[in-house]
Amino acid sequence: MKYLTEFRNGDVAQRMAREIRQVATRPWKIMEICGGQTHSIIRNGIDQMLPPGIQMIHGPGCPVCVTPLALIDKALAIAAQPGVIFCSFGDMLRVPGTDADLFQIKGCGGDVRVVYSPLDAVELAVKNPQKQVVFFGVGFETTAPANAMSVHLAKRRGLKNFSLLVSHVLVPPAIEAIMSSPENKVQAFLAAGHVCSVMGYWEYPPLADKFEIPIVVTGFEPLDLLDGIRRAVIQLENCEHHVENAYERIVTYAGNLEAQRLLADVFEVTDRSWRGIGMIPKSGWRLNDKYRAFDAEERFQISGIHTEESPLCKAGDVLRGAIKPAECPAFGKECTPRRPLGATMVSSEGACAAYFNYGRFLSADELASAGAAHV
Amino acid sequence: MSDHSVPDFTSWSCPLPLRDYPTIVMGHGGGGKLGNELVEHLFLPAFRNPALESLGDAAVFDVASGRLAMSTDSFVVQPLFFPGGSIGELAVNGTVNDLAVSGAEPKFLSASFILEEGFPVAQLAAVVNAMAESAAKAGVRIVTGDTKVVERGHGDGCYVNTAGVGVLRQGISVGPNRAQVGDAVLVSGTIGDHGMAIMSVREGLEFDSQIRSDCAALNGMIADVLDAVGPSVHTMRDPTRGGLASTLNEIATASNVGIDIDEAKVPVRSEVQSACELLGLDPVYVANEGKAVFFIAPEDADRALDVLRKHSLGRDAARIGVVTARHPRMLVARTAMGANRVIATQIGEQLPRIC
Repeated sequence: MKYLTEFRNGDVAQRMAREIRQVATRPWKIMEICGGQTHSIIRNGIDQMLPPGIQMIHGPGCPVCVTPLALIDKALAIAAQPGVIFCSFGDMLRVPGTDADLFQIKGCGGDVRVVYSPLDAVELAVKNPQKQVVFFGVGFETTAPANAMSVHLAKRRGLKNFSLLVSHVLVPPAIEAIMSSPENKVQAFLAAGHVCSVMGYWEYPPLADKFEIPIVVTGFEPLDLLDGIRRAVIQLENCEHHVENAYERIVTYAGNLEAQRLLADVFEVTDRSWRGIGMIPKSGWRLNDKYRAFDAEERFQISGIHTEESPLCKAGDVLRGAIKPAECPAFGKECTPRRPLGATMVSSEGACAAYFNYGRFLSADELASAGAAHV
Repeated sequence: MSDHSVPDFTSWSCPLPLRDYPTIVMGHGGGGKLGNELVEHLFLPAFRNPALESLGDAAVFDVASGRLAMSTDSFVVQPLFFPGGSIGELAVNGTVNDLAVSGAEPKFLSASFILEEGFPVAQLAAVVNAMAESAAKAGVRIVTGDTKVVERGHGDGCYVNTAGVGVLRQGISVGPNRAQVGDAVLVSGTIGDHGMAIMSVREGLEFDSQIRSDCAALNGMIADVLDAVGPSVHTMRDPTRGGLASTLNEIATASNVGIDIDEAKVPVRSEVQSACELLGLDPVYVANEGKAVFFIAPEDADRALDVLRKHSLGRDAARIGVVTARHPRMLVARTAMGANRVIATQIGEQLPRIC
C-alpha cells in the first residue's frame, strides 16, 4: 500500500525512537488531540517506544466521545419514530444514551442504518420520498465538509425529507480550553493531521504564541507519530514554541480552500457542550439560517430529554488529560467495552477503549514480557 | 454489485412445471403438490443420491464403525450472492469445515430451507446448484432436507440450515482445549477475504474491489495434514465469524494458555488490507470461510507447513505464532514496531469509524 507501508517500517521507527531518547533530557507531557492518533499510538505500541519521561496525554479528539448525552438521546428519540430512516457512521451505534443505544433502537424496530458517507443518506432520501431521512452529523472539521455537502446537495435538489442532526466541534477552541484550565499539564500538542488537511494550520500560530507551546501538525501512521513527537520534544528542549508541519504529504498551510468555502456557506460558529468537558464557547458549528430547514433539531421537536451520566464515569478527566484511562476506578470493572459507562469506552478512537482493547490494563513490565516467547 | 458475483438468472431454464411459479408462494411449503414439485424437479436432480431418493422421513445410511461427529449451522448471509460464492457454498462448506476441524471425515449433510414468499425460484435453483457442486467437491452427500415458506416480510429471501455427520479419524485427538505450551500456530492462508468480499457488496457500503470470498471446503487439505503429522495436531479451528482474533482467543481460553503471534507474519492480501484501512477495520477480526488454524507440536510444524503449502487452498500458509505459559487466556501480538499489544475478543461486529 503506497503511502502506508512506508510509514510503518519497524527499523526506521526504532531509529526515530532512539533519536527521541537522545534528544530528551527532561520529562515532557505531549497531548495528541485526535482519537485516531490515540488509537494508532496504543495499537502500534508507540508509547512503549518512548523514553519513560515522555508522556503522551490523550486528548478530546474523538467525536463519538464528546458528543453530548442530550444529543445522543435526541438521536435515539428521532431514530425510534416511525417513518424515519436514521443514518449514522458505524461507531455511533453503540454509544450509550441515558437509557439505550442505537443498536437497541434498531432491535425494537427503528430503521437505523450505517452509512459510510452522508451523501449515501441523501441518496436514501431521494429513493424514499415517503420517509424522513436523518443523518447524524457528528465530528470535527474532518467530517464537516461531507456533511456540509450533504445539505448543500439536499437544498439544491429540493429535498424535503432530508435533515442533519448536527453536532460539529472544533479543535482550536478545545486547545484554548485545555491550556486555560488551571490544572493543565500539557506542554505541547500534536495537531490532528486530518483536521488540518481541511482547515490548514493558519489557526494555530496565535495559540502557540499565546500559550507558548509547540504545536506539530502530525499524521497517523507510526512514523508520522514518532516524527511529530520528535519535533515537539526538540522544540521543548530548545525552549521554542512554534507551529510545525510534520504531515506535509497531506497538509498545507491554507488547507482545502474549496472545503472551507463550503463550510462557511453552510455552517456558523456556535457554543457547544462537550460530553465530559462542558461548555466551550464558540467551539462548534451548526447549520446557519440559510440551511436551518435541514436541521433535524428544528424538524423533530424533541422535548422532555432528561440525561443522566453514570456517576462512576471519569471520561471528562480522561478527555482533559487529567487521568489515564486505567486510573479510573471503574476501568475494566464496572466499565468495559461490553457495558460502557461512557463514550470513551465505546468508540475505537476512545482512549478508554483503546487502553482496554490493547491490553493497557497490564503494567508496562507485564506487557513487555508478554511477547518474550515470540516466534 | 459486480457482474461476476451473480448468476445470470435470465438464461436459467426451468423444467416444467416449476415454470408455472417463477416465485415462491406459500404453497411451496405446504406439504402438498407444489412442495413435491420443488423436491422432484429441483432438490432431487441437484442432490441425487440413494439415501435421499428414498424420500423417507429420515435418511438411512451406513457408516464405518467408530465414533461420529455431528455439527449444525444456519446461514443468513446478505447479499445471498457475493464475489466468490453464495449462501449455497457457505451452507455446505461451513458444516463440512466444522466437521473437518473436529478431526472427522465429513460424510452426510441435511439441508433445510426457510424461504420468503416471493423469492425467485431461479435464485433458489442457483443456491441449490451451488450446494450440489460444493457437496460434490467436498465428497459429501446431502441426504435429507426440508422446506418451509414464511410470509413476505418475515424472512430475508432465503435462509439455509445444514447439519452434518462425519466419522472421526482413528488416532487423532483434537479440540479447542488441547493446545499445549510450545505448540506452533499455523494459519492456512490469507485472512479477512470473506468478510471484506461481503462488505464490498453490502447494500449502502458498496465499493469496487477484486476481493473474492475464500469460501471452500477444507476437509481435503486437513486430511493431508492429518495424514502427515496427525498425532502432532492438537487443535484445529476455522476462523469464521469474529476472525482469527476471536478463534485464537477462544482457544487460549479453552486450553488455559497464552498465545503470541507476530503481526508481520499473518498473511493478509494487500487489497484486503487496503479495504480495511479505508473502512477502519482490523483484518484479524474479519471473517474467513476457507481458512483453518492449526496448533501443532513444534517438531512437526515445518512439515505441516510444507504439506499445507502444497495444497491449492494452503499456498499462503504461514507459521504465525506460538503457545506460551505466560499470560494465560490472552492473545498478544508483536506489532511491526516491535511493541506488544493484546488482541481482545470483539464485543460484536466491528463498526466502521467516523474518521
